[in-house]
Amino acid sequence: MSTITLASKRRRSALRTAAFMSPWLIGFAVFFAYPMISTVYFSFMQYDGFKPPTWSGTKNWTYVFEHYPYFWPALRNTLWLVLITVTLRVAFGLGVGLLITKIRTGTGVFRTLFYLPYLAPPVAATMAFAFLLNPGTGPVNSILEGIGIPAPGWFNDPSWSKPALTLLALWGIGDLMVIFMAALLDVPREQYEAAELDGASAWQRFRFVTLPNISPIVMFAVVTGVIQTMQYYAQPLIAGKVASGVIQGAGTQFEPGYPDKSTLTLPQLVYNLGFQRFDYGSACVVALVLFALSMAFTALLMRRRGGLIQAGD
Amino acid sequence: MTQVLDRPVELPAPVSPAERTARRRAFLEWIAIHSLGVAVALFFTLPFVFVFLTSLMSDSQALSRDLIPHTWEWGNYAKVFDTPGFLTWWKNTLLYAGAGTVLTVVSSIPVAYALAKFRFRGRNLSLMLVISMMMLPPQVVVIPMYLFWAKQLDLSGTLWPLIIPMAFGDAFSIFLLRQFLTTIPNEYLDAARVDGCGELRTLLRVVLPMAKPGIAAVALFQFFYAWNDYFGPQIYASENPGAWTLSYGLESFKGAHHTDWNLTMAATVLVMAPVILVFFFAQKAFVEGVTLTGVKG
Repeated sequence: MSTITLASKRRRSALRTAAFMSPWLIGFAVFFAYPMISTVYFSFMQYDGFKPPTWSGTKNWTYVFEHYPYFWPALRNTLWLVLITVTLRVAFGLGVGLLITKIRTGTGVFRTLFYLPYLAPPVAATMAFAFLLNPGTGPVNSILEGIGIPAPGWFNDPSWSKPALTLLALWGIGDLMVIFMAALLDVPREQYEAAELDGASAWQRFRFVTLPNISPIVMFAVVTGVIQTMQYYAQPLIAGKVASGVIQGAGTQFEPGYPDKSTLTLPQLVYNLGFQRFDYGSACVVALVLFALSMAFTALLMRRRGGLIQAGD
Repeated sequence: MTQVLDRPVELPAPVSPAERTARRRAFLEWIAIHSLGVAVALFFTLPFVFVFLTSLMSDSQALSRDLIPHTWEWGNYAKVFDTPGFLTWWKNTLLYAGAGTVLTVVSSIPVAYALAKFRFRGRNLSLMLVISMMMLPPQVVVIPMYLFWAKQLDLSGTLWPLIIPMAFGDAFSIFLLRQFLTTIPNEYLDAARVDGCGELRTLLRVVLPMAKPGIAAVALFQFFYAWNDYFGPQIYASENPGAWTLSYGLESFKGAHHTDWNLTMAATVLVMAPVILVFFFAQKAFVEGVTLTGVKG
């Protein structure tokens, strides 16, 4: 008797869980599991969206890795952005976070001003920087030339386009600033006082008290920075489009990566292959590379021991 | 002459030389930190200032290297609104952001609640899958999704392929809400259950009122996400300018207006302004959300 009620109780609670989870369970199946399997399937098919798909073995894979002219430049750009932009963003975010914890007068005003650029919609922010940095009439180059510094070509020069994107990324540092600020305020005061009593200099206090305390947050910032770089799409695309002067609209085809493939990123290749060349199979190959890279870094975030996002209780 | 004092003079306490140097150092430090603060603030604000000033220049001046407008052309903003399509883009953006936000919040709350408060097999696995979906670039699954919406449901040229999925929970919102709900003590839930509330009533009557800040943060993030989205409208709406959003349409400004930068910058200001206004009204919820998605210690 009692086992029956227990079983029915358990069934009821399983049903209840399923009911609460149902929106996501459906979403997971339709918008994640199905398209993932489908992406793997299409990566071995020749398909242009009109003629029915035909099996093509590893042809798409060899095409992407060996013949597609954009793949390796995009990967090299991603590596550049990871090494330089992510590093600078973490360093600058930490610096601004430190600065805001030291500011005593007008803290609220400073914090709001530092935070605002992060909110600027990416397309609008990129348009703004494309204007600010344009070599013809841009205010930045006007000022640089005014004080006698040779002005770079920014988004129009292959060796300056990624530094210009970095500048844009540093401008929108607000998210990291807030996270670092919260972490810095959590460092126990006693540790600073003890260090001071021991005669530690400001640098030593930072190196031996602050850094060890916030190192999980630094790791978090680095890993999420890398994941964001994998997804980097609108900014490099818009910067390239605006700088090249291509007008959006029917009949115009924009060759991505202007100038000279220097702003190509992996997500742009999915668009280029799938929606400009109608080579869905090869687009799926790039999508899977993007998937593997993103998941590798997400796994870093979720590692069981010392993981940065605790999945368990 | 003798000064008549009606109040005792408070003499400053004698300051030892050591304390005096300490004070001087503190003062110099204050100067150094706040000058650095002003310099950094200029880096963050000057781009806004130059964009705004340029948006008010005359057509001919926008082609020059001047930094400050000679005449203040407020009419530029009227011209932007008169651009064919601009009001439609506003309407579409509000639909995408508004409907999307409501659907996301409603569908994500029960999932987040189950993940935070129910004990069931596969809970950790579900949470890990949610985090994985959150980190997934939208481009990874876009080919099959496009074929699904465009070829099977014939919905390309509309924003529905972007809005409908939001009725099925959004990974980021689920994660953020779950983080928030775990901070609510179980005693409140137990009390409600003892009073005879079912899970749904407990969620609606007890949990939701306590979760308001978390819900506000999720709603804001989702609104901003839709407002800023470029890739989604580019895939599904690009073929039909009647379905464009502001973030997607903005780029076409530079092309359509041969009068150089002034109108483009006015349009840029108009795309930025609502987001910043919303932020000022909801600053607290927003910053809370950012810290919440960052890790707990």
